[in-house]
Amino acid sequence: MTHPDPGVAPARKRRLSFLGAMPLTLLFIGLLIVPLVLTIVLSFRPYDYDLGVQAGWTLEQYIEIFTSNYTLTVFWRTLWISGLVTIICVLIGVPESYILSRMKAPWNSVFLLVILSPLLISLVVRAFGWSMLLNPMSPIGKLTQMMGLGSLLYTSSAVVIGLVHVMLPFMIIPVWTSLNKIDPQTIKAAYSLNASKWQTIKRVILPQATPGILSGSLIVFGLSTSAFAIPVLLGGGRSRMVSNSIYEQFMVDLNWPMGAALAILLLVMNLIIMMSYNQILERSYKRSLG
Amino acid sequence: MKNGPLSLLFNTLVTIFILAPLVVVCLVAFTPEDVLSIPTTSFSLRWFRAVFNESGFIAAFQTSLWVAFASASISAALALPAAFAIARGQFRFRHVVNGLFLSPLMIPSLVMGVALLRLFAMLGVRGSLLWLILGHVIIVTPYVIRLVLGSLVGFDKSIEHAAESLGAGKWTVFRRITFPLIVPGIFGGWILAFINSFDELTMSVFLTSPTTITLPVKMYMYATESINPMLSAVSALIIVLTAITMFVLDRVYGLDKILIGKQ
Amino acid sequence: MSFLQLHGLTKKFADTTAVDNLSLDVAKGEFVSLLGPSGCGKTTTLQMIAGFVDVTAGSIILDGKDITFAKPNERGLGIVFQTYALFPHMTVEKNVAFGLEMRKLSGSDIARRVKDALAMAQLEKFAQRYPRELSGGQRQRVALARALVIQPPVLLLDEPLSNLDANLREEMQFELRRIQQQAGTTTIMVTHDQAEALSVSDRVVVMREGKVIQIDEPYVMYENPATPFISRFVGKTNTFAVTLTTTEQGRQFDLDGHRITLTNESAIAPNTGTCEALMSVRPEKIEIGRQGQGRFAGSVKNSFFLGNLWMYEVQTAFGLLIVSVINNHQQVYKIGENVSLDWHENALKVLAAEPAGDL
Repeated sequence: MTHPDPGVAPARKRRLSFLGAMPLTLLFIGLLIVPLVLTIVLSFRPYDYDLGVQAGWTLEQYIEIFTSNYTLTVFWRTLWISGLVTIICVLIGVPESYILSRMKAPWNSVFLLVILSPLLISLVVRAFGWSMLLNPMSPIGKLTQMMGLGSLLYTSSAVVIGLVHVMLPFMIIPVWTSLNKIDPQTIKAAYSLNASKWQTIKRVILPQATPGILSGSLIVFGLSTSAFAIPVLLGGGRSRMVSNSIYEQFMVDLNWPMGAALAILLLVMNLIIMMSYNQILERSYKRSLG
Repeated sequence: MKNGPLSLLFNTLVTIFILAPLVVVCLVAFTPEDVLSIPTTSFSLRWFRAVFNESGFIAAFQTSLWVAFASASISAALALPAAFAIARGQFRFRHVVNGLFLSPLMIPSLVMGVALLRLFAMLGVRGSLLWLILGHVIIVTPYVIRLVLGSLVGFDKSIEHAAESLGAGKWTVFRRITFPLIVPGIFGGWILAFINSFDELTMSVFLTSPTTITLPVKMYMYATESINPMLSAVSALIIVLTAITMFVLDRVYGLDKILIGKQ
Repeated sequence: MSFLQLHGLTKKFADTTAVDNLSLDVAKGEFVSLLGPSGCGKTTTLQMIAGFVDVTAGSIILDGKDITFAKPNERGLGIVFQTYALFPHMTVEKNVAFGLEMRKLSGSDIARRVKDALAMAQLEKFAQRYPRELSGGQRQRVALARALVIQPPVLLLDEPLSNLDANLREEMQFELRRIQQQAGTTTIMVTHDQAEALSVSDRVVVMREGKVIQIDEPYVMYENPATPFISRFVGKTNTFAVTLTTTEQGRQFDLDGHRITLTNESAIAPNTGTCEALMSVRPEKIEIGRQGQGRFAGSVKNSFFLGNLWMYEVQTAFGLLIVSVINNHQQVYKIGENVSLDWHENALKVLAAEPAGDL
C-alpha cells in the first residue's frame, strides 16, 4: 500500500527507538569525540624538552607552526604536492574513465578491475614497488640519470608519482560513476543535431561528468594531504609532508603538544575541504540538474 | 562510438602504470640474489622460505587477521541495531547520529592515530590489542553503516506488512523476512570492514606495540629499516592472497559493489 | 447484523482529516469497491481495516467482534498489496504457505492447501519459481493465492490491477471476480479506476476528500449519480446549463427551440419556481441521425473509432456533445457532416440547480 505518514509517535516511543543506536554512540563518543577533544586540549599545552608536557594553556605550538620556516615549508610542500597530484589524476583519470565507459563488455569490467584492484593491495606493497622502480639501479632510474634528472627516489617527484598511483582509483571511481549515469540518448541526440565528437564531449558529456570530477578531486586532494606511507617511503628526509612531521613529533621528538597542534591543523584543513566538497557538489548539481 | 587507437594506447599506458610496481614486486620476489634485483637467469624461492622462517611476518599476519575479524564483527554487531534505529526510529537527532557514525571518513587516519594514542596513553592501555581493535572498529564502522543502512532504506515495508497480515509477530517478521533480505548488506559491510581493517596502516603505526604489530605496520617498519627481497616475497604473497580473495568475493558477492563501496 | 461494519471511522493527521466519519455495512460474501481520486482517503480506510494505521475515532466490527484496536497480525485478514509485496527470497510455494505456517498447521495440511490454492490461481507450474522470475500478472495471482489460502473472513485489495497493462487488466478483472465468487470471500477493493469498480463490484462507495459521497450498486450509481462530481468521475457525460421552470405541467426548459419536459424524478431540482440547472445526458443515450431526423441540429467535429464503439464530437447550439454509437453496421458519419441528435427524455438527469446566478 502507499503509506501515508502514520503520524508522529508519542515522545516516549520516539526516545526509546534511539536505544538500538546507543551502544555504538557511546563507543563513538568514547573513542572518537573524547580523543579528539583531548588532542585539541593537548595542542594548547606548553612543552619543555627536559620536563615534558606542562600544565596550563598556551598558543606557543600554533605560533611556532605559523612562524617557523620549517613547518611553513612542510605545509606548503604538502599543499602543492597534493594539488599537483590532483591535477595529474584529473588529466589521467578523466580520459581513462571516458575510455573505460566506452568499452564493450567484457573488456570494460576487465580493465576496471585491473585499475581498481590496487585498492585492495596494501599501501606498503605499492610504495615498495615504486621504490624499486625508481631506484637509481633500475632501468627507470638509469633513464632519469641519463636525462640528467638524477635519482627520482627520495624526492618530491617520487612522492607525486607514488601518490598519483594510489589516488588514481579514487578519481576514476566517481568520474566513471557519473559518466555511467549519463543517458546515452543525450549523446545520440547531440550527434543527430550535427555536433562533432569533440563538441559533444565538451558540451554534453563533460558537464554531466563534472560532479564526479569535482568529488574525485576533493577526495584525492584530501587524502593526499594526510598521506603517510608514501611520503615516508618514497620521499625520505628530503621531502617531508605534514604526516612525516606529525609522526616525528610524536614518536621521535616526543613533543606531543606540537604533534597535536599539527594534527588539529591537518584535521581542520580536511574538514574545510570536505565542506567545500558538499557546497560545490550541491551547487553544481543544482545548476545542471535543476 | 568505439575507442580509437589513440584511446587504446592511452588505456594501455595507464594500465602499465598501474600494474608496473606490482609486477616488479612479484618479479623481485623470485631473485636468488641478496639484494634487490630482477631475476634474469635463475629463479629462486629462497626469500619465500625466509618469510616463513622469519616468524615475525607470520605472527603479524595472524594478528592482522584477528584484528580485522574482530573489528569487522564488533562493528557489524553494533552497527546493525544502530542502522535500524536510524532508518526506522523517530528520535529527533537521527541525522546527527548518522553523521557521527560516518565521520571517521572525514578524519585522516593520521589524526585518528594521534588522538587515540593520546587517549590510550592517558588510560595506560598503550599497546593493548583490545584497544587497537576498538580503534579499528571506529575506522571501519562507516563502511558497515553505509551498506546496512543502504539495504534498509531501500526496503519495501509492505513486505513486512504482508507478513504481519498473515499472522507473523514482530520477531518472526524480523527473523524470517527482514533479516534474510538485509543479509547481503550486512555481509558486504563486513567484508569491506575486514579489508579496510586488514590494510590499515597509518593509524595502526601509532597504536601498535611489538607484541600487537599488524602486518602492514610490520612491513612498513621493515621497509624503513632494511631493503631486501624479503619484503618483496611478503608483498608477492599478499598480492596472490588478495587476488584469490577478490576472485572468491566476486563469485560470492560481486566485486563491483565492494570496490565502488570502498570509496 | 452485517458481516463487516465500519462505524464513523475517522482518521486525522496533524493538519488534515484523511477519513471523515465513514460508515459502511458489508454483507457476507459481498464485493465492495472504494472508489475515488487520489487523496480521497480510500487507501487510509483500507489501512485502518488492516490495522496498519491507528483509528482516530470510530470502530470496526468483524463478525460481531470489535477489531478496532487489534494488532495487524491478530486480525487474520487477507491482503493483496499494490506492489504485491511477495517475499523475494521465497518460492511461490513458500510464499503461499507462509500464512498457514504462522497458523501452525501440520506439514501435510499446508502442502494440501497450498496445492489447492495454486490450482485455483492456475499457478501449479510456477510453484518452485521465485517472484523475480514471474510476470506482473503471475505475481498478482500469487499475491491473491497467498491471501486467500488462509481462508480469511475478509479480503482487502489495494489497487490490485493498477500495475498491469491494459489488456491484462481487463482479463484479470474477470479472473478476480471469478476467484472471489468461487471462494465466497467478503472483499473490499480500493481503486481509482471507475470502470474497474463498476465491473467487479456488488456495491461501489465513492469517496472524495475523506467523505463518502455515494454508496450504490454500480448500475444504480451510473444511472443516478448523486453529484456532478460522480457523474463525471463514474463514466463520461455531457452537461449543459438550462433555465428550468417547474409548473403544474412538470419541469420544463427550452433547448434549441424545443420545449423539453423532464420525465424523471429529481431530488435536486426544486419543486416550484425557476432555477438555473445543470443537465446531464450520457453519450450512449444520445441518438445520432442524418440532418433533420432528430430534434437538435449539429455537425461532426471529430470522430474516434474504438473498435466496439464509434465516438463522435458533435457541435450543437448548446455545446459540444460526445455521442457514442455501438459499431453495429450503422451509418458512419464523417467529420464536417451535418447531423442531428435526439434522446428520450428519461435519459436526462438534473445534476445541480441554483435559484439564480451561474453554476
